[in-house]
Amino acid sequence: MASGIRIKAKLTGDQVEVKTLMKHEMETGTRKDSKTGETVPAHYIQEVKAEINGNVVMTANWGPAVSKNPYLSFNVNGAKAGDTLKISWVDNKGETDSAETTIS
Amino acid sequence: MNLTRRLFVRGAAAVVALMALPRVLLAWPAKAFEAKSTSDAMDALYGGTEATESSAVVLGAPDIAENGAVVPISVSCSLDKVESISIIVDKNPSPLAASFDLGPGAVADVSTRLKMGKTSNVIAVVKADGQLYSAQKEVKVTIGGCGG
Repeated sequence: MASGIRIKAKLTGDQVEVKTLMKHEMETGTRKDSKTGETVPAHYIQEVKAEINGNVVMTANWGPAVSKNPYLSFNVNGAKAGDTLKISWVDNKGETDSAETTIS
Repeated sequence: MNLTRRLFVRGAAAVVALMALPRVLLAWPAKAFEAKSTSDAMDALYGGTEATESSAVVLGAPDIAENGAVVPISVSCSLDKVESISIIVDKNPSPLAASFDLGPGAVADVSTRLKMGKTSNVIAVVKADGQLYSAQKEVKVTIGGCGG
């Protein structure tokens, strides 16, 4: 399955600015289905991990308050062209997704 | 119905149920995310509710969010040795929205988009060198982001 994560990594000097968009419903568990009136079960990303060349540079713990199809941007020092950036997430149902890009 | 078949069906159902159980993330601070108040969330996450309001913590949030389902929030901090950044939406059912643990090299500057149920204070909490610092701002919400 193709990854639902899009990554943009822009290198300026030795600082890389990472912008990423993840495809995910991010259901809060409090919303009701407008047709059936039943509560839609919670389904949201709990942990996002960013790794550069296999070293974890940032871990984000999320609750259901993060918007649908989450956007996340962060910056990392000490990166160089050719480094591999990997973004992965795990949601509350144990589903995962990941994507890799080469910093340039 | 014959007994072995019934047993088999039951066993199979149990296996399916087990497999469907969510994989529990050990690092995910469930208690902090399930907390119903800002102080409980702070307590669960940092073991204390005392955070010094600091101008070094820069919280970027709109004055008015037209759509509470997508409120852009950014937090940056000029302090050294920032270990983590958390974003709390005071009036949300579960106030803690996101918490970022910064590893080596990561700059204290993150942005994301959050859901806000109604007009509320948004609080950024930064842990730097073992100390807690915070900044807050009220964001007015015209259309709520919960349910709808």
